[in-house]
Amino acid sequence: MSESTLFMKHDAILDLVGGMAQVLRKQLGDRNLDNPAVIGIHTGGAWLAQHISRLLQLDEPTGLLDISFYRDDFTQIGVNPQVRPSRIDFDVDGRNIVLVDDVLHTGRTIRAAMNEIFDYGRPASITLVTLIERSGRELPIQPDVIGLSPPLGLDDHIKLNGPEPLSLEILHGARTTR
Amino acid sequence: MPSHRSHNLQLNEHGRLRHFLTIEGLSRDLLLQILDTAESFAALPGRPVKKVPLLRGRIITNLFFENSTRTRTTFELAAKMLSADVINFNISTSATTKGETLLDTLRNIEAMHSDMFVVRHAQSGAAHFIARNASPRVSVINAGDGRHAHPTQAMLDMFTIRKHKGDFTPLRVAIVGDVLHSRVARSQILALNTLGVSEVRIVGPRTLLPTEARTLGVHVFHDLVEGIRDVDVVIMLRLQNERMDGALLPNEHEYFRLYGLTDERLESAKPDAIVMHPGPMNRGIEMDSEVADGPRSVILQQVSYGIAVRMAVMSMAMQSQADLGGEA
Repeated sequence: MSESTLFMKHDAILDLVGGMAQVLRKQLGDRNLDNPAVIGIHTGGAWLAQHISRLLQLDEPTGLLDISFYRDDFTQIGVNPQVRPSRIDFDVDGRNIVLVDDVLHTGRTIRAAMNEIFDYGRPASITLVTLIERSGRELPIQPDVIGLSPPLGLDDHIKLNGPEPLSLEILHGARTTR
Repeated sequence: MPSHRSHNLQLNEHGRLRHFLTIEGLSRDLLLQILDTAESFAALPGRPVKKVPLLRGRIITNLFFENSTRTRTTFELAAKMLSADVINFNISTSATTKGETLLDTLRNIEAMHSDMFVVRHAQSGAAHFIARNASPRVSVINAGDGRHAHPTQAMLDMFTIRKHKGDFTPLRVAIVGDVLHSRVARSQILALNTLGVSEVRIVGPRTLLPTEARTLGVHVFHDLVEGIRDVDVVIMLRLQNERMDGALLPNEHEYFRLYGLTDERLESAKPDAIVMHPGPMNRGIEMDSEVADGPRSVILQQVSYGIAVRMAVMSMAMQSQADLGGEA
């Protein structure tokens, strides 16, 4: 059995997200990426995307990606019957996309998400926002905006619970699912 | 390898779907897993790119020993939406007419590195035979064998029912027509009972209903209006013309007079009852056009949902190949 520790609670996470939104706003401005559209990765990234969209005062509904069908480890983990259909109600073509996930680890989820986004259209840009950035990258993918980079052991697994309240939990000695 | 579970040819040692040959022997949970997986594929046709890369690089072979353009096309579409490559073998016009045995045909197509066979055959048990004799790296999906089973049709019907009715448990379902010769009906009855509906009825003339009806867990009716009274779902079966020759039926006009579904007769079902048909439909024999095109008909939705259900079954069976250790 793996042990877990509470790493961060709801209010602290929202403070962190508030800071991330400010950094993001500045970056988008500096790089002239106007009219951004936010897409969150199911499930944690989708919760955070809602908050970020609100903080950036965007009226468009955030997009939701469930990348299960795009994962490169399908034959190892199989189809999860709880897969939710992805939902992007805006035209991706030519848009500046803000892609939000909870934890950036191997980079495989982000690769899958970008593949799926390109099935919807050709965005002008994709900016990657992640609450937690941790070591263990297997692909050349780096975030543009990071909340925290906590030091974690190889066997530690960090997980965002939510959506109300949000909490970050570290599972010690857990096999990570990528 | 022979664990208690592997007695069911369809499941691997982890209890996952390995082949999909019949509803028989599959648990309620597994049927629900198929429906849930299909649910997530059902949104795909609304997207700009109607494809996911799940089965990229896999080869799926449609082995059709009996013609069926519609079923073959929906399997082909499902495979292509999963990004698999598809080969179609129409064997009734091919090797077997030249004297090749089923096993030889199988070995030849296996040598073409197929990962999955979708089999349709006029002989009951053909898909089982192929599943038993195929290499362990191949999954077999039954697309209809003789009078035995047509499990993907049954599951797409279950999917359609759940879309409209939600919970299965309170439902009364009537299956009307030639139940005796229908592999679809056999699979539907098994699926409905496994999913725990409150009542399954079969309705038709004595000559077209199985004698072992009561062991199937169904109630038998010979009068259409009585048979569909207060049901939530009416499933009409196709009347196959060849049955007329066997003196099982007087003629199609007589059949329609007694068992054809009309708006007036449908009054006896629940006001929100849905009407289904596995196709191809004979208008004016099994049902009136006013019913077929009416507000309670969900016949065209069945066709669309069939693609999502076939995607679910194909991806689940392909996934269990990975349990063999290493990728195929």
